[in-house]
Amino acid sequence: MFAAFMINAWVTASIVAVIAGVVGFFVVLRGAAFVADAVPTGAFAGAAGASLLGINTLIGLGVFALAGSLGIGWLSRKARRDVATALILVMMLGLGALFLSFTVEYSSEIFSLLFGEVLGVSSNEIVPVAGLAVVCVLAIAVLYRPLLMSSLAPESAAARGVRLSMVELAFLVIVGLATSLTLPVVGALLIFSLMIGPPAAARAMTNSPLAAIGLSVVLALVTVWVAIAASFETNWPIGFFVGAGGAVCYALGRLVGHWRRSRIRVRPAVA
Amino acid sequence: MTVFAPGFFASSPVHVALVIGGISAVVCGLVGTFTVLRGQSYAGHALGDLAVTGGSASFLANVSPLWGFAGIGVIAAGIMDMIGIRRPRGRDLATGIVRGAGLGLAALFLYWDTTSSSTTGVSITILFGSMFTTSTSVVPVVLAFGLPAVAIVAILFRPLLLSSVSPELAAVRGVRVRLTGLACLLAIALAVSLSAITVGAILSTALLIGPAAIALRVTNTPGRAMVTAALVGLGATWIGIVLAYDSFYWPPSHDGWPVSFFIVALIFFSFLVSQLFGRRPGRVIRAEG
Repeated sequence: MFAAFMINAWVTASIVAVIAGVVGFFVVLRGAAFVADAVPTGAFAGAAGASLLGINTLIGLGVFALAGSLGIGWLSRKARRDVATALILVMMLGLGALFLSFTVEYSSEIFSLLFGEVLGVSSNEIVPVAGLAVVCVLAIAVLYRPLLMSSLAPESAAARGVRLSMVELAFLVIVGLATSLTLPVVGALLIFSLMIGPPAAARAMTNSPLAAIGLSVVLALVTVWVAIAASFETNWPIGFFVGAGGAVCYALGRLVGHWRRSRIRVRPAVA
Repeated sequence: MTVFAPGFFASSPVHVALVIGGISAVVCGLVGTFTVLRGQSYAGHALGDLAVTGGSASFLANVSPLWGFAGIGVIAAGIMDMIGIRRPRGRDLATGIVRGAGLGLAALFLYWDTTSSSTTGVSITILFGSMFTTSTSVVPVVLAFGLPAVAIVAILFRPLLLSSVSPELAAVRGVRVRLTGLACLLAIALAVSLSAITVGAILSTALLIGPAAIALRVTNTPGRAMVTAALVGLGATWIGIVLAYDSFYWPPSHDGWPVSFFIVALIFFSFLVSQLFGRRPGRVIRAEG
C-alpha cells in the first residue's frame, strides 16, 4: 500500500484534502453547495476538451472551472442564482458530451475523471497541484476576514466597506482553482463530497471558525486516507469510499451538533 | 443542405425518440415550473445525478434503466425530505450529501458493470442518454412514469403554489406543507428520470430547469408558465433531434453529434436570450427559496 507507485497518490490526495477542507468550510458557511458542486462537474468537460486537443488536462480543467465560476457569477446577477448555476452547469456538461463524442476509446478515462483515479497521478503532476494549492490557501488567508464577514452578516460587511460582489467573485474563482486541482484525483462527481461532508461536520462540532477549518482539514484528510486504503484493498473505485466518507462525516456532525445543542444552551456563534 | 436529412421521417428510431423525448419534455416543463418557483433547482440536479446510480444498478440487474432512474429518485426524494430539505439553510447541504453518497454508489455499480460484462459503453449511455437506441417497448413505461408526475402537479396545483410562495400562509390555510413538499419532490424525481433517458442523467437538469426558467421570465402567471415551459422543452427536444439526425453528415467523424448537446445548447441559448431581453418577472413568480 505504501509502495513507490502509491507515494504520488498519498501526497496528492493529502494536498487535495487540505484544500477541500479549507475551501469547503467557506462553501458550507456561505451555503454555496450548489456552486461547489456545479463548478467541478462542469469543469470535467474542460478535461474532455483538452484531451481532444491533445493538451494537458489540467489546463482544460482550469479554463473551464474559471469560465464556469465567472459565468455563474455574471448570470446570477440577471437570473435566480440556483437557476443560473444549473444552466451554466448543464451547458458545460453538454459541451463535454460533444467533445467526448469526437474522441474514441475514451470511456475508461471518462470514468476516472468522473469518479476519480488516484493511481493515475504521476509525479510531475504533483508540482502544479502543490503550486495551485498554495495559491488557494494564500487567497483564502488574504480574504479571510471579508469572506467570513460577508458570509455571516452580509449587510454589516457591506456597511463596513466590503464589496460583496467582489468577494463573491473571488470566492468563486478560488472554488474554481481548488476544483481543477482536486478533480483528477477524487473525480468530478465526488470532490464535492469532500468539500462539504468534513466542513459541515466540523462546523457542527465547534463554534470558532479557525478551529472549524482545522477540524475540517483533519476530517478531510482522514476521509481521503481511509478511502485510498480501502480502495487499494478492495480495488473498488475510490469515489465510492469518498462519497460514503462524506456522508459519514455529515451524519457524525449532525449527531454531535444535536448532542451539543441538547447539553449546553448557548447562542450559536457561527450561525 | 436540407433541414430534414433523407430518411428522417421514415426512420423508426427517430419516431421513438420524438415520442419519448416529447413526453419527457412536456412532463419536465410542467413539473419544472414548480421546481424553479420553489428554488429547488439543486434538488432537481441532485436527483438527476442520482439517476446515474439507479441507471447503473439497473444495468447490473439487467432491467430497463428507466426503472433504476425512477426507483432511486423516489428513494432519494424520501431521504432528502427526511434529513431536512425543508429548512432553506441546511437544505443544499442535505441535498449535496445525499447526492455525494449516491454518486459514490454509482461509481461502485459502474465499476461492477464494466468488470462483470464487457459493455464499456454503459457509463456513456447512462451519463449522456440513449435516445436513439431506446426501443418502442419503453414508451408505455415512459407514460406510466410521466402521468403520475403530471397528476401530482395538477391535483396539488393550488396548495403547491401557495406553499411555494409562502409556506407560513399555506400552513395557516390548512395546507400540509411538508406532505405537499414531499409530493412535489416525488414529481421532480419522476420527471428527472424521464429526462435522464432523453438527454442523459447528468444533463437531465437542463430539461427540468431550462424551459421553466425561460417560461417564468416571459409569462406572468404560473399556469401560462407551465404551458410555455412544456412547449419550449418540446421545441428544444424536437429541434435537437432533427439537428442530431442531420449531424451524421457533419465533420469531424460522420458519426453524429450527441443529441443531448443540441438540446442543452438550444435551451441554454434560449435562456440567455430570455434573461437578457425578456421583461422583468412579475410579482407572482418571485418566491425565493
